[in-house]
Amino acid sequence: MSTIDLTHAHPTVASSDRPLEYRDHNQSVKILGFWLFLATDMLLFGCLFATYLVLRTHTDGGPTPQQLFDVPGFALETLFLLTSSFTGGLSTLAMRNGNKKWLMIWLGVTIAFGLAFIGFEIKEFVADVAIGATMQRSAFLSAFFTLVGTHGSHVSIGLIWMFLTLLQVAKRGITPVTARKVFVVNLYWHFLDVVWVFIFTIVYLSGRVM
Amino acid sequence: MALRKSNESHRWKAAVLTAVAAAVLLSGCGPQYMVLDPAGPVGREELHLIILTAVLTGIVIVPVIILLAYIVLRYRDKPGNTAPYRPQWSESKVLEYVWWGIPIAIIAIISVFTAKTTFALTKPPAESKQVTPLTIQVTSLDWKWLFQYPGQGIATVNYAKIPTGVPIQFELTADAPMNSFWVPQLGGQEYTMPGMAMRLWLEADKAGTYYGHGANFTGKGFAHMDFHVIATSDANFNSWVQQIKSSSPSLTMVGYDKLKQPGETGNLSYSSFPPNLFNSTIWAEGGRYMPNMMSQTGSPMTGMSTAAKTTTSAKMSTKSKSTSK
Amino acid sequence: MSFHEFATKYLMWNEGPMIWGSDALILLTSIGIVVALTYFHKWKWLWTEWLTTVDHKKIGIMYLIAALLMLFRGGVDAELLRTQLAVPNNHFLTAEHYDQIFTTHGTIMILFMAMPFIFALFNIVVPLQIGARDVAFPYLNAISFWLFFFGAMLFNLSFVFGGSPDAGWTSYPPLTELGFDLGPGENYYLLAIQISGIGSIATGINFLATIFKMRAPGMKLMRMPLFTWSVLAACVVIIFAFPALAIALALLLLDRVVGTHFFTMLHGGDPMMFVNLFWIWGHPEVYIVVLPAFGVFSEVVATFSRKRIFGYTSMVTSLLLISVISYFVWAHHFFTMGAGADVNTFFAIASMLVGIPTGVKVFNWLFTMYQGRIRLTLPMYWTLAFIPTFAIGGATGIMLAAAPADYQYHNSYFLIAHFHQMLIGGVVFGMLAGMYYWWPKMFGFKLDERIGHWAFWTFNIGFYVCFMPQYALGFMGMQRRMYTYPATMGWNTLNLISTIGAYIMGIGFLFIVIQVLYSIKYGERDLTGDPWDGRTLEWALPSPAPHYNFAVIPTIESRDAWWELKEQGRQEELRPAAGDIAPIHMPKNSAKPFLMGLSFFVTGFGFVFTVIPIAILGLAGVAALMVARALEYNDEYYIPAEEVRETEAALGRL
Ligand code: HEA
Ligand code: HEA
Ligand code: CUA
Ligand SMILES: [Cu+2]
Repeated sequence: MSTIDLTHAHPTVASSDRPLEYRDHNQSVKILGFWLFLATDMLLFGCLFATYLVLRTHTDGGPTPQQLFDVPGFALETLFLLTSSFTGGLSTLAMRNGNKKWLMIWLGVTIAFGLAFIGFEIKEFVADVAIGATMQRSAFLSAFFTLVGTHGSHVSIGLIWMFLTLLQVAKRGITPVTARKVFVVNLYWHFLDVVWVFIFTIVYLSGRVM
Repeated sequence: MALRKSNESHRWKAAVLTAVAAAVLLSGCGPQYMVLDPAGPVGREELHLIILTAVLTGIVIVPVIILLAYIVLRYRDKPGNTAPYRPQWSESKVLEYVWWGIPIAIIAIISVFTAKTTFALTKPPAESKQVTPLTIQVTSLDWKWLFQYPGQGIATVNYAKIPTGVPIQFELTADAPMNSFWVPQLGGQEYTMPGMAMRLWLEADKAGTYYGHGANFTGKGFAHMDFHVIATSDANFNSWVQQIKSSSPSLTMVGYDKLKQPGETGNLSYSSFPPNLFNSTIWAEGGRYMPNMMSQTGSPMTGMSTAAKTTTSAKMSTKSKSTSK
Repeated sequence: MSFHEFATKYLMWNEGPMIWGSDALILLTSIGIVVALTYFHKWKWLWTEWLTTVDHKKIGIMYLIAALLMLFRGGVDAELLRTQLAVPNNHFLTAEHYDQIFTTHGTIMILFMAMPFIFALFNIVVPLQIGARDVAFPYLNAISFWLFFFGAMLFNLSFVFGGSPDAGWTSYPPLTELGFDLGPGENYYLLAIQISGIGSIATGINFLATIFKMRAPGMKLMRMPLFTWSVLAACVVIIFAFPALAIALALLLLDRVVGTHFFTMLHGGDPMMFVNLFWIWGHPEVYIVVLPAFGVFSEVVATFSRKRIFGYTSMVTSLLLISVISYFVWAHHFFTMGAGADVNTFFAIASMLVGIPTGVKVFNWLFTMYQGRIRLTLPMYWTLAFIPTFAIGGATGIMLAAAPADYQYHNSYFLIAHFHQMLIGGVVFGMLAGMYYWWPKMFGFKLDERIGHWAFWTFNIGFYVCFMPQYALGFMGMQRRMYTYPATMGWNTLNLISTIGAYIMGIGFLFIVIQVLYSIKYGERDLTGDPWDGRTLEWALPSPAPHYNFAVIPTIESRDAWWELKEQGRQEELRPAAGDIAPIHMPKNSAKPFLMGLSFFVTGFGFVFTVIPIAILGLAGVAALMVARALEYNDEYYIPAEEVRETEAALGRL
């Protein structure tokens, strides 16, 4: 076994009714830790949302949400990210079934959709900047780029991380450790998806409507 | 600053009062204890709350300290101590109800008075609700205070005259990092913030010169950001206004931009100021940060002319007067 | 840039003797350390035993040393402040220097003294109290420490390189925006706290996971010692509060470095948003640091009254209530920002509500002593001094929370007196009590009682002499953050008295230093592992504990587990039987946490001076270390059972 087992107080023997990534005590501690991390990350985004809501009318005569947000663009981004979350789910399923090949395929597909999402987001940002809507222009734009950009950088980090996980699965197969890693990276990915749903409604949709 | 002269007897008194901090709260102090020596209804109302909270918290705190001393003396681990020793005794529903109950009761009482006073202070003092209020617009700058009298058309720097017995509506903003406007003997403070307007009601019922100071740090010159509010009779106030109108220079936009530069100045007076200066200060650079806050403070934040503005504030005062009835 | 320009701009050589003195001192100390390490051949020891350690006990000790050093730095700042205020119109410090010093004083005391001090006790105590071999994530724990450490280094560097921040520990914009504050000082503030703050979030996660998942069998939640409960409560607050700080700092940094307009006076920025975010963290922060102190007092009171803690369930409930309510009171720090009567009333009442569970704790401590047998040891002295101090400070807190009354106290010396009474009477007293209490467990000897009494009395008397006059000064209209005041205000005498008090406290601190040095040589050795006749699991171990803590993980049957076994004469059951000892799995030491801290330091330094290549270099280091960690599979080892048996035998436990 290649993990830290500090206590031996808890049976590490497989109780096979639980998913693979939970069977070993150390992996389940790590998963709990990751949930706690997600809670802090959620609050981080919560503060950014609050800031955006306070500042979104502070356009100082510059571009407003209506003028800026381009419906097909963010609709497509949403589609890519939601689909990637679904394929991410499929990868976890394949992992549970011990199917290494499909696990890797679904991870690969997820990464591809994630890359497409990032690509479109960059394209959108570049277009905004080209019409003078930079983050230095107004408080609204500062808040917009920071909120959406923070999500985007989370996604980018997630992509690198998922790629590293893919490599490890390729090399080591499905073990309690790699299973936990696949599980956790997917957890992260779903979390980013949820955050995006909020961005989609609070920023983009209500920005178009109001 | 005749008021603040420190003579030996005051010092001596101060030293004694220090020894017992609690005594400070309750004693009728000399004028140097500004907060405890209010010169108007707002400060007095706040003092009442201060005394009330001090007494009510004291009711628990003092027994706690006495109990502590008693327990430590009685249950010390020394040979021959005959006090009972019950190492397993660790629960008592009755006792626990008592000390969840006492703080709850005390907090409840304080909460009621706090809520009452909080709402009361958003209106002009009840004592003088018949009197038409005076509006003074205050802008904190680096590191000086500009007072504009929209009704009188004059402006001053680092001092303000007010008539006694008249509720004063201070409208507050900043054209510099945020500060806080505080005249302890008249009553509590309120922040001055760039891009926002706040309202603070104060009133003096005794003539005198009252010390004021910025209460929020604004950098190098902050320590010297004091000013004075001089309360005089109505007649004196009016003749002072006339005198400023006839003998002082006017504040131009150029003059204001110069005044805005970081630095300290003494007292200044102006017979007029650029129309709409206060509002345009707030609206500069996009303002309108907290629309609901502005309507709450009732500040006429519609970016109109000074004349229109003055009438609005007069209207507002009548409105708030009627609500306070 | 010529050397002369460089020296003026960054080394601040024209600023006078204070800077030269510090430069010289830092240089001499550094040289001294290097020479000493080389002469005694200690480099390798330092690296393998300390810098790369992942052992919670050693990390705890490093936190403790750092906290004491920062208490000294913050304390010297305080002495300088008080010296400047001793007399009116004083020219001992200029306005600029004074502003920098109160800023660094407040920031250091809260973030680089109080925080590491509580983390020291988390680390030293929690795994031992719950019967674990380490925390849930030892490697992350080391990262937390090094992020704190290098954050603190970055912050302290500002004093001699480029200039300190000078806008208060609260750092409100727009004063801290580029338009008013060009200097690197504010950048130092933003980055140093950000870096150590990331470490704090990680610590919060780590200890929550530890407490939830690593308890010995039988240690149900309601059997946990109250210190561990207080850590749990504090960690919950950390997790909820620190993200807000991270955002506040990051957005202000963006304003300053990238030119955004979150909090500027220009282009629609809203400074009040920062104020909100800051206090959404800032208020819970003061409870984060005081909750563990409550935990310490609970342990100390029970141990030295030889009695069970009174009302254990209430104690747990009140801890949790405090941590929940503390999240809904932040606006009491700006009652005077015009939030409207309804909002002020809500936050006023919420603030006062905290007094209820806190009061319950006070009464429960009192009744733990009642009908007990009180031993007046040093930890108990500090606990007893805490109660009246905290009660008075709490009462003035309630007074501040009455919103309209606060219009008259806000930012006056009344407020300064309130929070020093809480932070010193609550946090510092608590941490000192904890330090005295667990010192034997950490080092195997007790701190000398006689010198300890001198320290206790001078520090306490000094405290009252220093801070009681400040309540009066508040009523006299004296503002905080004034570098000087005119002679005509009637403030002279009280300020002088306060300064004298501060000096007496300084002497108290020196006694503590002397006490530690003296006790290293002459302190009473602790051979039993249970010098206080303790109640909880850590006292069942030898002092100091072996690095795997428990040779065999115990099974817990009750609250006060160790005390109960002693009462029943069953303490032998907590000794390992040779046959039960199996090989122990432990994490390996690692250089990466240290390098991670270093990389963050480089990143921070790059951003402070907006030298982007340096920042990128640092970030590359961070990324490389993260990837390396992700791909690491071989980070633990077994201690053979034989070795464990030998260690235990040498400790006389087999
Ligand atoms: C450890 C630190 C600590 C602690 C524990 C507290 C505890 C409390 N604080 Fe304090 N506070 C600070 C540190 C702390 N504070 C700091 C650092 C600042 C200023 C920061 C700055 O501006 O720089 C501040 C500022 C501050 C303000 C802002 C004032 C202003 O800026 O104008 C207010 C206002 O409500 C306040 C209130 C309270 C209250 C109600 C409590 C309560 O939790 C107190 C509860 C305790 C008791 C009440 C005593 C025990 C109870 C009993 C013995 C029995 C029951 C008693 C009664 C029913 C009365 N505090
Ligand atoms: C845990 C937190 C903590 C602690 C322990 C302290 C400890 C002390 N504090 Fe501080 N203080 C703050 C937190 C803390 N403070 C905060 C948050 C602020 C607000 C900052 C701001 O406005 O932004 C503040 C502000 C503050 C002010 C107000 C400054 C102003 O607004 O202008 C003052 C003034 O008296 C003061 C004094 C002291 C004193 C005398 C001590 C004493 O307890 C110190 C005791 C001394 C030592 C422990 C070490 C002694 C040193 C030596 C032995 C060496 C001897 C050397 C020489 C004499 C040069 N503090
Ligand atoms: Cu200040 Cu709104
Ligand atoms: Cu608070």
